[in-house]
Parts: sequence; C-alpha cells; structure tokens
Amino acid sequence: MNKEKLLDMYYQMVLIRRVEERGAELYQAGKIGGFMHLYIGQEAVSTGLVAAREPRDRVITAYRDHGVALNCGISANEVMAELLGKVTGMSKGKGGSMHMASVEKNMWGGHAIVGGHLPIASGLALGDQYAGNDNVTICMFGDGATNIGYFHEALNLAKAWKLRVLWVCENNQYGMGTAVERASAVSEIRQKAEGFGMSNERVDGMDVLAVYEAASKAIDTVRRTGEPSLLEVVTYRFRGHSMGDPERYRTQEEVKKWQDNDPIGIFRRQLTAKKAATLKALDEIDARAEQEVQKAVEFAEASPEPGMEELFKDIYVEEV
Amino acid sequence: MADTIAMPKLGFDMAEGTLVRWVKKEGESVNKGEVLAEIETDKATVEVESTASGLVRKLLVDEGAVVPVNTPIAIVGSADEKIEAAAPAAGPKPKAETPAAKAAVKTGPASPTTTAPASAAGPLKASPLAKRVAREAKVDLAKIQGSGPGGRIVRRDIEAALTAGGDQPPAAAVGFTPVIAVSQADESIPLTRLRQAIARRMTESKTTIPHFYITHEYKVDSLLDLRRQLNNMLGEQEKVSVNDFIVKAAALALRQFPNLNAVFQGDKLLRRGNVNIGVAVAVEGGLLTIVCQDADRKPLRQIAAEVRSMAARAREGRVKPEEIEGSTFSISNLGMYDVENFVAIVNPPEAAILAVGAAREVPVVENGIVKTGWRMKATVSVDHRVSDGAEAAKYMQALAVYLEEPVRLIL
Amino acid sequence: MARITMREAISQALWEEMERDPSVFILGEEVGVWGGTYAVTKGFYDHFGAERVRDTPIAENAILGAAIGAAMVGQRPVAELMTINFAFSAMDYVVNQAPKLHYMFGGQFKVPLVIRAVGGGGRQLGATHSQTPDAVFAHFPGLKVVSPGTPEDAKGLLKAAIRSDDPVLFLEHATMYQVRGDVPDGEYLLPIGKAKVQREGRDVTIVTYAKGLELSLKAAEDLSKEGIEVEIVDLRTLRPLDMDPVIESFEKTNRAVIVEEGWKSYGVGSEVAARIYEQAFDSVDAPIVRVAQKEVPLPYNRTLEQAALPQVPDILAAVKEVLK
Repeated sequence: MNKEKLLDMYYQMVLIRRVEERGAELYQAGKIGGFMHLYIGQEAVSTGLVAAREPRDRVITAYRDHGVALNCGISANEVMAELLGKVTGMSKGKGGSMHMASVEKNMWGGHAIVGGHLPIASGLALGDQYAGNDNVTICMFGDGATNIGYFHEALNLAKAWKLRVLWVCENNQYGMGTAVERASAVSEIRQKAEGFGMSNERVDGMDVLAVYEAASKAIDTVRRTGEPSLLEVVTYRFRGHSMGDPERYRTQEEVKKWQDNDPIGIFRRQLTAKKAATLKALDEIDARAEQEVQKAVEFAEASPEPGMEELFKDIYVEEV
Repeated sequence: MADTIAMPKLGFDMAEGTLVRWVKKEGESVNKGEVLAEIETDKATVEVESTASGLVRKLLVDEGAVVPVNTPIAIVGSADEKIEAAAPAAGPKPKAETPAAKAAVKTGPASPTTTAPASAAGPLKASPLAKRVAREAKVDLAKIQGSGPGGRIVRRDIEAALTAGGDQPPAAAVGFTPVIAVSQADESIPLTRLRQAIARRMTESKTTIPHFYITHEYKVDSLLDLRRQLNNMLGEQEKVSVNDFIVKAAALALRQFPNLNAVFQGDKLLRRGNVNIGVAVAVEGGLLTIVCQDADRKPLRQIAAEVRSMAARAREGRVKPEEIEGSTFSISNLGMYDVENFVAIVNPPEAAILAVGAAREVPVVENGIVKTGWRMKATVSVDHRVSDGAEAAKYMQALAVYLEEPVRLIL
Repeated sequence: MARITMREAISQALWEEMERDPSVFILGEEVGVWGGTYAVTKGFYDHFGAERVRDTPIAENAILGAAIGAAMVGQRPVAELMTINFAFSAMDYVVNQAPKLHYMFGGQFKVPLVIRAVGGGGRQLGATHSQTPDAVFAHFPGLKVVSPGTPEDAKGLLKAAIRSDDPVLFLEHATMYQVRGDVPDGEYLLPIGKAKVQREGRDVTIVTYAKGLELSLKAAEDLSKEGIEVEIVDLRTLRPLDMDPVIESFEKTNRAVIVEEGWKSYGVGSEVAARIYEQAFDSVDAPIVRVAQKEVPLPYNRTLEQAALPQVPDILAAVKEVLK
C-alpha cells in the first residue's frame, strides 16, 4: 500500500475519533438527542474494511455508523449536521445518529433494528446479481446480531442463492450489556458460518493493517467465487454501548487493558516503524482532523433546522 | 230505632259529594266506626265511617250518585225494623277515574300541574341532518314528533311537517314501517272534579282578592349545613327537608305578623289563634294541600314526619279529611323543579301564601368580594285588604331571621 | 371486454409487467415450480425462468428483507406472502422498514416493492390462517395498502402498484379468486388511492371493499326487491384512503353501513365512520352501522366459522337498522 493511502487511513481514524469525542460532548450538552452509539476503539475495523473495497462495492451497517459513514466519504459536516438534526444532514435531520447514508457514496445506512439490515444486505446483492455485475455487498453487524433470526435467514439465503455478500461481524465482546459468552451458543462467531457451509475468517480488529489485509482477501474471494463469506473482526469499544450506558457489565480494568491497545496508537507505531511518517507528520494530521471537526461543528450549529413542511415530505415518492 | 246515615260534610265548603263505592252491602252488619262507603269530594276520595252499629238495611243512593251534604244515604238498624224506602239520590255519573287521580285544591301557584308536552322528557333528540334541515326551513323542532329510534327526529319528520303532514317524504323507502303522523284532530277532555274545583276557586281568588307580591332572596348556606348535620343523625325515613325548615320558620314568623295569619271578613279581620301551615302537594291531575296544625309549636322532626306521611297518603288518595282542612297560611314549594322564583295565588279564606323557589349556588358579593353562596328566593302573595307592603316585607325579613340563622328554630 | 376471474386478472397483470420490464421479478414460497399455492403464477416458471420467478426458503424475513434490498438498488420485486397471516413473521419489514426507508434517509432511498398477500377466512383453515388484519397495515404512513374487489380493479391496480416507486401491500382474498368480472382489453392502469362507486342508489350508502363488496352486491339485489336502493362505494385502496366519493354519496343518502371482513374493533370501519362524522356531521340522519366479523378467533368448524364471518343477512339487517 502506498504512503498516501496509509496516511489517509490514519487521518480517517483520527477524524472518526475526534467526531465521536465531540459528539459525546454535544450529546451531554443536550444538543444531540435520542440514541448515539460511539465507535471509539473500533476505528480500525471500518477504516480497514472500507479501504479494501472498490467504490462500486456496497457498505451497509447497523447503528454504530458514524465511522462507517466518514470512511465511505460522507463529510464530517453532514455527519455533524445530521447528529444535530439539521436539514443539512445527509438525511435532512430526519434520520439522526442511527440513519446515516449516501447512495452516491454507496453507503446504505445506518439501521436501528438489530439484525434487520442483514436480509436487506442479501437483497442488495440480489439486485446486483440481477444487474449482472460482481459488486460485493459488505454487511457489518455486531456479535449480538448473530443470535437473531434475521442473521440466519439472511446468511442462508445468501448461500442458497449465491449472493455476493461479505458478512463482517464486529465482535466487540458485548451485545449491548451482555457478554458474548452469555448470549451466544458459540463464543467464536465465525463458527456460525460453518453451519451454512460458508467460508469464514477471524482477524484482530485493533490492527487496521491486519483488517485491511483480511478484508481485501475476503472481498476478493466473494467477488471471484460469487459466494458469501463471513469475516469476524475482534475489537472493543472503549465507551458504553450508547450514551448513558452505566457499564455495569464490565470492569474498568478490562477497559483500560483494551485502551492500552488503542488502534490509533498501534497504527502510529506501525507507521513510524515502517518509516511511512514521522511523529510530527502524524501530529499535523491530528491537528488537521481536529480542525475539520471544529469546522464541522460550526457548520452544523450554523445550519438551519428542517422546516415544518419537511415533516410531511418523503413519506411517499408519489404523493396521492 | 234505625239510624239514618247522611252524606257527611267533609270540608267547610263542601256542598256535595259523590258516592263512589259502597264498602258495605245491604244486609251486611256494620259497627260504628267501620268504613261504610267511599265518597269523593272536591278535595279527595275519603273513606266514610258508619256512625251507627247494626245491619245495613238500606242503601239509599247508587254508586256514582252525586249527593248534597246532609242527604240521607243509608239506613243502619236491626234486622227486623221497619224501614221506609227513601228515594235514591241520582246524579250524573262522573267519569270513572282512579282514586289516586282525585284531589282537591286549596292553594294554586301559577302553573303547578305536570302535563308534559310530547317531547319534554329530557333534551330534544334529533339527528344532525334533521337539525340542519329544520334550521334552514325555520321549523320548530319542539313541535315535531320524531319517528326515529327512541323518538329521534329525523329528516323525514321535518319533511312530513313541511308537506303539511300529507304525503310521505320522497326520500323514504317503500316497504318498511311508515312515518308515525302527528294527529291534527282536536281532542275534548272532560275536567275532573278536582280540576273544576281548582278552576272555580282560583278564579274567585284572583278576581276578588287584591293581590300584591313581595320577593325576598334568602341566604340559605347555614340552613343547608344545619340540615346536613341533622340528617346525618337521622335514618333514611326520618330525614328533614328544606321545606320542613320553611314550614317552621314561616309559622314562627307569622306569630310576629298575625295579620298574615288572618281571614278577611268584610268589616273585620279574624286573626286565627292557631298557625296551621298548608303545604301544597302535587298529586295526579292536580294539587292537594295537606295541613300541619300548630306548626309553630312542633319540633322540626315532627313537622317532617307529619308532612311526609300526609303527602304520601295524599298521593295515594288515602288522605283523611282533617288532614286537608283548616290551614291558616299556605306554602307552595317548586324548588324541586329548578324554579328560581314564582308567584302563587292566595287560597281563600287565607290572607297570604308563600311561594318558594330552588336553593341555588350563585355568585354573590360579600364585603366587596365576589364569591359563591347558596340563595333561595321566596315570594309572598298577600291580600291587600288585610295587609300592606311594608308589613309583608317585614314578615319576609322576620322569615329571613329564621332561615338565615336556622339554629333559632331550635329555641 | 373480456370476462375473466380475479385469479386470471392478477395473473395477467403480473405477466404483462414481467414482459414489459425486466427489472420486475417474483419471489416467494412455492411461486415457481409449484405455480403458486393459489395458482396465480402457474406457467410463469417455465416461461420466465428460475431467476425471475424465485422459489424462496420458508423465511419471510429473508424474503421481504431481500426484496427491499433489491428494490433499493433498482429492481422491482413482487414478493409473495403465502398468506397475510405470515406477514407477522416479518412484521419488521412490512411496517418498520419498507414504509420508513424513504423518509428516514431524507428521500435518498426508494423501495419500489410490491408485497402480494392472500387473506380472509371461510375455508376452515383455523384462527391463525384466516385473519383479515388489513386495518393493522393500513395504520402505517409510508406504506400503500391496496385491496381490490373486482377483476378489473385487481388488474389495473396491480399494474399500477408494480410501476409505483413506493412500497405497496396488495391484498387478495382466498375465496374471491374465482369471482368473474369484465376487464377492458389492452393496457390500462388504475390509480392507487381512489375509491369507486360500484353501484348507484339513493337510500343508503354502503362503504366496503374486497370480500365486503362481493357480499354487498348480493345484498343490494335483495334489497332492491324491497324497494331499497343502496349505493355501494368501493374503497379499493385502504391507504391512502379516498373519502371523496364516500362523502359525496353520504350527503345524498345521509345513512351509511360499512362492511368489512376484519373485526369491528379498531377496524377499517372505525376509520371510515370517524371521517364521515368529521366531514359530514350535518348530513348524518342516523348513526353509522358497521358490519364486521364477530370478535372471535375464527374456528375450524364450518358452521361456526360461517356464523362468525359477515354474511349477506348481516348486511340486510344493517341496512334496515340504519333506515329506522
């Protein structure tokens, strides 16, 4: 991978981190409402994954979607504006934190029902099958979603109908407040793919380069074989499930242990070791990201709210 | 020696009575004091007791005969006495009516009767469409008889009214229950004795007695409170009513104003020694005035008990003659009909009558502040020949003393 | 004009749209090789092939979710639910996803999906296979719910639904497939969201749709012999609800009976009645009468089942009631 791309990946991870941190502040200041699920700690997963895709490959994820949106190329401005419910958000303020998307950037949301988007992911791939192309649909979801009916129906259909879906499970050890061991029949999520005769891999999600490599391989396999595959990415979220999570289900020591393995820190070390960047260059990228987020917040706060007529728009494509 | 039983005089102004029913038949034995017959007077149907013991030898009048007072109606004697046949008194047979429908009137407030119009039971029921059509056609809904369920007025009823009650309205479908048409024929209803009596007496009163009227509004907050307190101590059948308080209060106040408890006698005034309060009771087809004798001397509880039992008997047509005689002042209370205020007609030979309205919670001004209070209006109608405005007004003030500080009624 | 059955009308609509637009495809349980459990897609598999007439696993979430996804990226799927009762297995997709995706993402996504589903009782299939839960689905903004009662309406509305860019739930009735009616020759579409007067009259307005229409037309003949002429307004679409012809009729007759196969409580009739009272209060000459299924789960026993379902005598009684 060339240096530019590496540094761009680094920038994206730091951008995500800063957006999430500012988002948390704004939420606590009462400017963001509803549910908000922070990606802090998991930046390497979506960054590595999306970096491995071709622009024509579709990405769809669950509600912890701010990072994914940024990786797909949606601007920090639009992300911040949508969080603040402004009409300049990519969903016109009508979706909020959990419903970020851009057809143009091939990012298909942002979905709130656990597991609900998995059958839809099969559908995206089905549509591509009809269109006769070899686009891959990258479907991201958490460990908790692997226990719900949608998961099984979607994977089964994808295998039975030979749909090009890469199922990416972000195993951050907890489905909301319930540890994987307590909720799932098997703790190693990849094993579930075996039941569908589906190829599967497991990778360390704190190492963006490892993720990138595993994702590239997996996407390529899916594209070539026309068969779905499952990639389990082991990661950890440093903050609660969502804002307001009292986190009674895990210890501070455990969190600290994982924070010592901060993906951004790991990547910095790798970049400097590879001589891809100096610490100063990385700091400058940090500052740039900081600035971008600052501008995004200013943009969002200055943006107007949706007008009342927006309430009744977009219910139907064809109003009667 | 056989005894002749005559038509008794059951009221001071009774001129005749109708022998409604013989309770004892010829040949039956009867004891003195036993009921011999039922006789209808202007006031009520009363049971007449035999004044002699023996065998009923002869009934001199037929059932239904109208007999002047003091005319012999029966002969009671021993079995083997010789009896002269007496001509039975004939009379026009009055319409057969149930005893409960008969009553006499002694007092007559302006419109005491309860002949309800066709749609008076509750609010008018009309469909929204019927209301609109009636409004547009300027038809008075109150005059329409509804043919819908529950007497609801529907469009076809308005249309029927507009097409002069003749044709079926065009929108009605053929083949189901036709519209109930309102009858437009005149109907002649013979007046009962009671009604005739009321007519006669009230005409006499209004045309001979120069009436004047004084209205006073009473603060009854304390009265209602006291009543509530008393009733909490009393059983269901013993509770005192607002009117019981008024009876006592009026009686006590009359002691201070004897002219209102008097009888006009041309060149003199007869102030009555007793205060007997007549209480108007609505009965079927008219009104009856039951009399609480010496109301000024009886405790509230006794007044309540007496009035209650007499009123019940009056409604059943079983009232005794002495219970409807001898009032010196009358009270008519229409408060239970939500009447705010009304004016009654003096019952001769009395000099005054008190008409009482409903106790209502209304906005009042006390010490310059608007609040709510309970008020009750009463109007006294007075014979100007025996009293004047100032006196009557003072009577009403005296009444206020008792009604507004009702604890005085205990003294 | 051709006189065809409801089944033929629906089948023709599907066939014509599949021929016309290659992005249209059918998916559902037993739609392909079997030919459809109500024989609506008989012959389709051989003509259009396995890819365009897709037999699916018994997995309603997968079927509807996949249909939604495919619709979002340019295909025009017609998903079949073997019975509307199975919609509950995938309720999320019918009411929570499909109607909301366009709105929630600020208009970015389109879901040009048709879900065909068969409903209704009367064939002793038992409580869980015999419901008419139309009102439940009509409750959700963002979904269009269509329920035709004649072959002509079925064909025209299904074609319109397939060409529509909005998600449409197209309701069919299990015992109406053999109902015959005249259908225009050639290509025609009918507008979604428009009710229609199926029979003119002057005495009572009957508002109904689907099975209720079939029963009401029979009742109308009986009533006509007694000199009562009912006007029947067929809703055809439950959402969006077109009240204009209903109100126009009601202002003429001032009395209404609403006939539906679902339960009375919280049903289609509740909505229609409320709107009549709101929009034509001063024209009301009698309370509106609703004819609906008895408030029971539908039993297996034939007599009991028929007693629970609304029948022609119920409509006759209702009309007489409202005329009082």
